[in-house]
Amino acid sequence: MNPEASLVDNIIDTTSAVFMVVGALMSLAAAVGLLRFPDLLSRMHAATKPQVLGLFLLLASIGLQMRTWWVWPVLLVAWIFQLLTVPVSAHMVGRAGYRTKHLHRELLSSDELEAVVQKAAQSARDEGADAGRPD
Amino acid sequence: MSRRRISLRQELPLLVWLVLVWGALWQDFSPGNLLFGALLAVLVARMFYLPPVELSGRFNVLHAVPFALQFLAKVVAASIDVMYLAAVRGPKVISAVVAVKLRSHQDLMVTATGHVISLIPGSLVVEVDRSTSTLYLHALNINTPDEVEKLRQEVRAIEAGLIRIMGTPEELETIRQEAAA
Repeated sequence: MNPEASLVDNIIDTTSAVFMVVGALMSLAAAVGLLRFPDLLSRMHAATKPQVLGLFLLLASIGLQMRTWWVWPVLLVAWIFQLLTVPVSAHMVGRAGYRTKHLHRELLSSDELEAVVQKAAQSARDEGADAGRPD
Repeated sequence: MSRRRISLRQELPLLVWLVLVWGALWQDFSPGNLLFGALLAVLVARMFYLPPVELSGRFNVLHAVPFALQFLAKVVAASIDVMYLAAVRGPKVISAVVAVKLRSHQDLMVTATGHVISLIPGSLVVEVDRSTSTLYLHALNINTPDEVEKLRQEVRAIEAGLIRIMGTPEELETIRQEAAA
């Protein structure tokens, strides 16, 4: 450590250290959740979300340590792209998982989508039957 | 291929965003670099033409800043919550699939609400019904109908916040009427 480190340097170092540890903890939480949650949909929560905060904290600590403002826009852009892509991937995997029935129904306290899906499937079947019927 | 041309004014936010990304990636915001970035942005927007995003034309910074801070606070709170659930409840966690009907029928607004909801740990969008603008969310740790109702209120509150930031005047009027009632 630099012996002439000023108070400001100390504050910045401490803040970035805390950010890094908490950010790493978030990634750990994601891993723990991935292992412990019961089905695909609940695992998606752990797999996609905590690292939004984890990445934010780690990028912030990089920004604090670099001490140049040039690096902030890149970090911000990196984080914004993460914000834009994470929900989409979570949605696509979750949607596919729900449709292929990779979920434990007994672990859902309510499912307001199931009735809608049933109805849509029913009307699709009816239409198919209508179309297939010879006159 | 006769598509409706969009005005430069409507395209401007996209172009500005592209130029900013260009500058950020080069880590160089000097005028020459930005000018070249702008040239490329126009070229990209012309050559790789996407359906225009229909912006409402208003953006309220006064509402946007508190909303962003609130969003960060929620992300922090929910991350800790999910961490706790993963460590303690694990395989026994009960979740729910909840339908939330949104007020707005704008694609942009539905997408933005879905994004914000998905980014807050503990909820993710499973399905979207565009015709009725209904989001079907999967949410962790929802055990009772009361909690379902609470989640629905929260999502509608987030949508209201987004409408205050960048909704159309009509949507804003709906929010005002709801608040008055």
